[in-house]
Amino acid sequence: MKAAVVVFPGINRERDMARTLKLTSGHEPAMVWHADTELPAGTDLVVIPGGFSYGDYLRCGAIAARSPIMDAVRAFAGRGGLTLGVCNGFQILCEAGLLPGVLMRNAQLKFICRDVYLKVERSDTPFTRGYNAGQVIRVPVAHGEGNYIADGETIARLEGEGRVIFRYASPDGMIDPNWNHNGAINAIAGIVNERGNVLGMMPHPENHVEAEIGRTDGRGMFAGLAEALDRAA
Amino acid sequence: MKARVTVTLKTGILDPQGKAIEGALRSLGVEGVASVRQGKVFDIEIEGSDVGHAEALLKQAADKLLANTVIENYRVEVTG
Repeated sequence: MKAAVVVFPGINRERDMARTLKLTSGHEPAMVWHADTELPAGTDLVVIPGGFSYGDYLRCGAIAARSPIMDAVRAFAGRGGLTLGVCNGFQILCEAGLLPGVLMRNAQLKFICRDVYLKVERSDTPFTRGYNAGQVIRVPVAHGEGNYIADGETIARLEGEGRVIFRYASPDGMIDPNWNHNGAINAIAGIVNERGNVLGMMPHPENHVEAEIGRTDGRGMFAGLAEALDRAA
Repeated sequence: MKARVTVTLKTGILDPQGKAIEGALRSLGVEGVASVRQGKVFDIEIEGSDVGHAEALLKQAADKLLANTVIENYRVEVTG
């Protein structure tokens, strides 16, 4: 696995992400600055981490989505390259047009920072092969704008094509408004693009990978990605 | 030339901030407010004096950056 972590001014989760990638794959990822115009040669995974790029000015992710490196990310994703956006990374992928829809202000207007439960809808993607379909994992969220929405036609397509990968759920996997903390439509926490190679999600699986600091539910994603990429290499 | 771009949420899109402002107005005793939708206003200075060119430029700015047309509408006006 040869991962590249894209760093924008105001991003603050890039070190957590880099640490997790190293821990789960054994390879140090490259850190790529927003003003760069190319990804390192041989990159097989692009990760856009969480944070507050450009202070969330205008709209979350709006300015980062239009920075120089994003042309290279767009070209990489267009060739089928695996691309993961977490939290602000998800917002940036939506603003860049790589994923449909938008992340609005949380329905209760509060910044939410705590663990949530996610139902993994599919295990047949490179991102979720480390899980079973229907499995519930517990991972942290930390966002004020995670309330996913798109027009009705887009939502119908996402659902019809099985492109909702994670949903907010109860600990036993029930989809229930009481466990949908940010009000996202259909409790959507993570989606993939049409081709299935770009995943955006609000929660932070990279923060639950070490038993020393709690849970390891996020490990399945990165271990699965590393395995998929090492097999392909 | 002075110009203004106004960005508003499309109808049907939930606006939690507008709702909160609506509730605050009610609790302040401002009666008769049926609903509030929050938007953004950009005051922009344009070089030159060609109104048609300015409008085209503002539309480009709105489409490329100022508005997210998935959830927002915009209006451009050259104010002189």
